[in-house]
Amino acid sequence: MNARKKRRLYFVLAVLVAGAGGAALVITALKDNVLYFYSPSDVAAKHVAPGIAFRIGGLVEAGSLKHGGGAEVAFTVTDGKTNVPVKYEGVLPALFREGQGVVAMGALNPSGTFDATQVLAKHDERYMPPEVVDALKRSGRWKEGGA
Amino acid sequence: MTAEIGQLALTLALALSIVMAATGLAGARVTANVSRRIASSAAMGLLVFIALAFCTLVYAAIVSDFSVLNIADNSSLAKPMLYKITGVWGNHEGSMLLWVLVLALYTGAIAFAKRGSARLTSAALGVQGLLAVAFLLFILFTSNPFLRIDPPPFDGAGLNPLLQDLGLAVHPPTLYIGYVGLSASFAYAAAALITREVDASWARAARPFMLAAWIALTIGITLGSWWAYYELGWGGFWFWDPVENASLMPWLAATALLHSALATERTGAFRTWTLLLAIAAFSLSLIGTFLVRSGVLTSVHAFANDPERGTFILIMLVAAIGGALALFAWRAPSLETGAAFEPVSRETALLVNNVLLVAATATVFLGTLYPLFLDAFTGTKISVGPPFFALTFVPIFVLLLIALPFGPRLSWHKAEFAQAARPLLPALGAALVAAIIVCFVVASHIVAAAGIFALAAWVIAASVLDLIRRPVKTAAAFAVAVAHAGLGVTLMGVAGTTLWRAETLALLGPGEKATVGPYTLTMGQFERDDGPNYAAIRADIHVSAGGNTIATLWPAKRVYPIEQQETAETAIRTTGFSDLYLALGDERGKGRFIVRAYYNPLAPFIWFGGGIMALGGLASLWGRVRAKSRQPNAQAVAAE
Repeated sequence: MNARKKRRLYFVLAVLVAGAGGAALVITALKDNVLYFYSPSDVAAKHVAPGIAFRIGGLVEAGSLKHGGGAEVAFTVTDGKTNVPVKYEGVLPALFREGQGVVAMGALNPSGTFDATQVLAKHDERYMPPEVVDALKRSGRWKEGGA
Repeated sequence: MTAEIGQLALTLALALSIVMAATGLAGARVTANVSRRIASSAAMGLLVFIALAFCTLVYAAIVSDFSVLNIADNSSLAKPMLYKITGVWGNHEGSMLLWVLVLALYTGAIAFAKRGSARLTSAALGVQGLLAVAFLLFILFTSNPFLRIDPPPFDGAGLNPLLQDLGLAVHPPTLYIGYVGLSASFAYAAAALITREVDASWARAARPFMLAAWIALTIGITLGSWWAYYELGWGGFWFWDPVENASLMPWLAATALLHSALATERTGAFRTWTLLLAIAAFSLSLIGTFLVRSGVLTSVHAFANDPERGTFILIMLVAAIGGALALFAWRAPSLETGAAFEPVSRETALLVNNVLLVAATATVFLGTLYPLFLDAFTGTKISVGPPFFALTFVPIFVLLLIALPFGPRLSWHKAEFAQAARPLLPALGAALVAAIIVCFVVASHIVAAAGIFALAAWVIAASVLDLIRRPVKTAAAFAVAVAHAGLGVTLMGVAGTTLWRAETLALLGPGEKATVGPYTLTMGQFERDDGPNYAAIRADIHVSAGGNTIATLWPAKRVYPIEQQETAETAIRTTGFSDLYLALGDERGKGRFIVRAYYNPLAPFIWFGGGIMALGGLASLWGRVRAKSRQPNAQAVAAE
């Protein structure tokens, strides 16, 4: 085997080892660290177990927002068919409004309330999170140009 | 009239870019000198006309010419002048115009610098010409910034207030100089494949362009991260957001490219691999542009939600990447290969660097695009967040940092490992000392912190020692040491902020107190603090530490009535070693506001480190330009 072939062999081996290692890392990491997006109807239909982290999206139901004594708030996320109560402690995004789109990250607790760790509202007046649009379209609540 | 001048300038620029593409590419085969001259003239003309078009749009923004649709949609009378100007690239059309302006600047630089042979320069200009044709067509047909609106509105719709910020005025142009700068490396790589002139002198010709792009990307990413830190009010510096990843991927690829091109330049090794990396780095820039601009992602960066534009960019993407890869597949096997090297050598070290950097790029690529593909093919919506990247990207970077100090110590072709590693013993000592100090000083996350700080000390100490020991301190040696040490500094910042951040969320009225880290916060009064196009409320928060009042900070909340949007103006007090970070939240009840306070140890190091890395790149670029101007004879530079 001449030097050139030997070098190529090293190169190919190095790439293969790195590739296999990388792939193994990626597959294990993807298996456990992916957040699914569910609409309130999905949550009801799929019987998502408590403690499993996911994102939920829909509209903040009008009249559902309640402030606690400190930084905690409670509100309901709806897609027009199903409602999911949400609890959150923290600063609500500037564009958080009743009747507007919202996406929250967190998990259900055993009583069926969604404990949010992060709440995102739509970024500006020009768009809504696409997942929310999609969830509303599926439940028939989407109005073009409205909401 | 101004919009029509801009439109005309763009059309003329398109014609010139067609001329440049045709003559430039012809120059690879025949009469290279003549072709290069014609293509160079076309490049200069292209630059002039695109600059003219850009100035026209800036002028329309300055005088608030709302008969131009783009200005009416994205500006308003009440906006401060500075942001009327910077708002020109704060929207889709204007930012694409900036894109081609930067492309024209690099094209002009290639024509002006005349690095490499006439055939190579000519072919590189031809490839730049093709890119200019594609992007000018894109602008003229789908994103024309000079469209009129009749009747013109009395006032414009305003700019996204998050973009009304000085950091954001500088961040996009810097990032574009990086993104688009990779087009020059791409053009040189394609030119090398066309002319089959790929050797050490090719690498010398293309390297300053790779460096310029890398420096700009480093600064652009650093600025973007800093902006996200102080403007978004979440206290974080990196969110693994797809848009951030879109800028990180070209940076990782460009870093790999810089290292691989070093081997190509010195010994001729890795030449096909370097070409492939140059193609990949620019392809990732294009993919980044597609992700960010097509509206497949939702973020503050997604201006366009027009499917036609997405399709157009996708076609360009496939044509550019597919074309370059096809050319590579056709020509690469027939290229000469470089000199052989032993398993223990500088070349092997650079190979390890490249394999790890490419693996890191691949993990970011997968984490960013997998959710998009999954949604497109199955409709399942998922998101891949920080935990994924912590498990994939971080281990790869740890390996990279462990291996890093050995690279510059090893000699080319064949090295003695023991001989190269022995001088690193003091650096190992520094790492151990750092680990021990961390164990004694900190109370939480001791094992992780000791490991990370040992790693940072290892990289920084080895870089500094390496520079001190060099008998001749060339710009190149300085550049290597500084850039590597900068990485170590950033690592400390990331570790400090991630491991030891303190966060407090409190509902405060006047006179009420909260604590965060070593600080006590006392709420003062709330005051109105209105600006030209927003209404704002500002909190006076008195900060004390150890019983002494040390500062008053004014976090504020702005409401922009025209845009119907609110922003948080954070207040940050930095000591250089840690930040106290305050953001004002929503009002709860009467006269009480939520305050989010963070104590971020070592946070400033994140951006210092980025700046230091960029400084290393600048040192290398300066050394090269100076060497070229002193000794135009390329052989003399090679002997340096």
